Amino acid sequence: MSSSVYIAGVGVISAIGNNVAEHLAAFEREEAGMGDITLFNSIHSGKLPVAEVKLDNNALAAMTGMPQATSRTALLSLVAAKEALIDAAIPGFESLRTGFVSANSVGGMDKSEDFFVEFLADNNKGKLRNIFDHECGSKTEIVADQLGITDYMTTISTACSSSANAIFYAARLIKNDIVDVVIAGGVDALTKFTLNGFNTLMILDTAFCKPFDEHREGLNLGEGAGYLVLVSDKVAKTLSKSPYCKLSGYNNSNDAYHQTASSPDGTGSYLAMKGALEKSGLQPSDIDYINLHGTGTPNNDSAEGTAIKRLFDPEYPPMSSTKSYTGHTLGASGGIEAVFSVLAIKHRIIYPNLRFETPMTDLGLLPEKRFLTDQDIKHVMSNSFGFGGNCTSLIFSAI
Amino acid sequence: MKIYIRSSSCISPQKTFGNEDFLTDVVEYNGTRLKAIEPDYKDFIDPKQIRRMSHIIKMGVAAAKDCLNQANIEMPGAIITGTALGCLEDTVTFLTRVVELKEEMLPPTAFIQSTHNTVSAQIALMLQCHQYNNTFVHKGISFESALLDAIMLFKENEADNILVGGTEEMVDASFKVLTRLGLYRRWPVSSLALLSPKANGTMGGEGAVFFLLTAQSSANSLAELTAIKTLYKPKDIQESIVSFLQKNSMKIDDIDLMITGKNGDLRNDRVYNQLGTSAFKNTALANYKHLCGEYPTSSSFALWLAANIIKKGVIPEIVIDKHIKGSAPKKILIYNHYQNKYHSLMLVSAI
Repeated sequence: MSSSVYIAGVGVISAIGNNVAEHLAAFEREEAGMGDITLFNSIHSGKLPVAEVKLDNNALAAMTGMPQATSRTALLSLVAAKEALIDAAIPGFESLRTGFVSANSVGGMDKSEDFFVEFLADNNKGKLRNIFDHECGSKTEIVADQLGITDYMTTISTACSSSANAIFYAARLIKNDIVDVVIAGGVDALTKFTLNGFNTLMILDTAFCKPFDEHREGLNLGEGAGYLVLVSDKVAKTLSKSPYCKLSGYNNSNDAYHQTASSPDGTGSYLAMKGALEKSGLQPSDIDYINLHGTGTPNNDSAEGTAIKRLFDPEYPPMSSTKSYTGHTLGASGGIEAVFSVLAIKHRIIYPNLRFETPMTDLGLLPEKRFLTDQDIKHVMSNSFGFGGNCTSLIFSAI
Repeated sequence: MKIYIRSSSCISPQKTFGNEDFLTDVVEYNGTRLKAIEPDYKDFIDPKQIRRMSHIIKMGVAAAKDCLNQANIEMPGAIITGTALGCLEDTVTFLTRVVELKEEMLPPTAFIQSTHNTVSAQIALMLQCHQYNNTFVHKGISFESALLDAIMLFKENEADNILVGGTEEMVDASFKVLTRLGLYRRWPVSSLALLSPKANGTMGGEGAVFFLLTAQSSANSLAELTAIKTLYKPKDIQESIVSFLQKNSMKIDDIDLMITGKNGDLRNDRVYNQLGTSAFKNTALANYKHLCGEYPTSSSFALWLAANIIKKGVIPEIVIDKHIKGSAPKKILIYNHYQNKYHSLMLVSAI
């Protein structure tokens, strides 16, 4: 088994930028991506802020050279995955065993929900081109075909922890000598389906979200994609520039408490973080920054905070939720935030947790409020927790 | 390292669940759709939960629980599910309400249960299992991806026993859409006549099959899961099969039985016919999709079939395509492809 898995490339698209450089600039300007709904007609327009990628489907199609009818999910995925692959610039890519492991939560729902309006009125109506490749795996396949990846591909869907699981499954494919290079991460496009779904749970904030704040009132939905290029030891040695860092720890645990709610003591989150630390051989005190799951819902943040307290008390590393910028990108969040974690190590930065004012009463945790530069960051923990109790933590370590 | 199938539980359009009978009392379907036969869920799921659960969740949770009961294991070291389309019933329900109620006053339950990981999650919740929990959703290799995950976990010494399953539900909306897309026969057909004569299209199916995989064999183990391999658009499938067997120190002649994914569709079955009359002309052949229908995780039904053939030492008459006289099969190759894009090979051996 290959001992280490390195990160050789990163790519990201979200409400705050269409590529890595734009994200770094937005973080420094402390500019959040939330705004009004423009992608579809909804009765929630003007009431619920969302974090949309600032390009419509025509622009995304033009950017990627894909047909305009392509699902937004596939378009967003392709933009970020391509950026990651170009960034990695792997010599002799074509001769290596390559894989693509992607995640998403609702596949081509952006198109299916249009199809469904006509279909519901008459089962013989509705354009089949809007539904034929609805399934999650089709989005992965479209992108893999564009990237020329054929040796291995699969799709993971574990709600909001989906792409964190994709990243560490990919690392294990390398460790088990199944492939040499894997592009891994995830994507989700904003849809009426998910917006209404989260709205029924009454966990959407009508203002911009305030993760980890005592007065937090819920999350803002976002969209986007984030991918890492993971390479084996052997491939890492052939790279013209040194890899960003390595994936040193990971763990997937289940909260086994409720289909949507987190347990009050954050059992799943605690086990995920603890397991990732054990895998990496690190102590809590070794972690230099935690990229929180931090959705901004009362339930998630108190469960995650409780688990962090149990593991880290009394010495806490800097922590922040970048969902205060990007909104909650669901199946993409683990991938997008993995990119941010890798960039934190590379650029020695810590991102601010926007709009944080008052610590949670019982926990007193203080997320970082400023954009910090010149930080000595060796180990970053990234948390992703989802419906179904699926909790995953990743740890990235400087080389 | 070796991986064993300790137990398997199968909910399908046949009487495969909680039944000692091994496909002798075959259920025939007329039309273009086979529906899973539902067991009495009360024996496996808290009655309060049953009312809230959709078809796929009930099938998945009951098959998982029965599988663990058979293996006499309370807590698996990991739970992994493969499902291409996931929880369609709840997805369609919620989508319908969004449209009909114009986004107002929507009840949350269908949305909550619509995520693809609901089956794995509900199993974990029922068992209070905090261990590794994953769900793969990649078209015709969703189940195989779950199996590969389990195999890697064994190799990494992360677990001693792992619950792996393939689940899929067909609902009226998906059946209608897939019919319009031309996946199924244009005219009703008997499931028992599906494979011959062939025509354009097949019959849709569904089911939930779970396996308890272990790193150690026991007296009750069904078979060894020797190897699996998935291929995307392979250039030469025969070459891929030969190289897969070679990697496992085997030749085509060593295979006692090949179970193929014939589904009665002309284009779909071409490759199976070609192999059956050339490289595998001396190998016994079996079919299964006339029993469970075509669906993306149907290879889980084939694995259940293979494991039971090995354990019981008999090939049910209804699955035999080409019979070769000989002793009970010791090595079975399952070869299935999904719409000619995703091909999967599974090798199952006697212990």
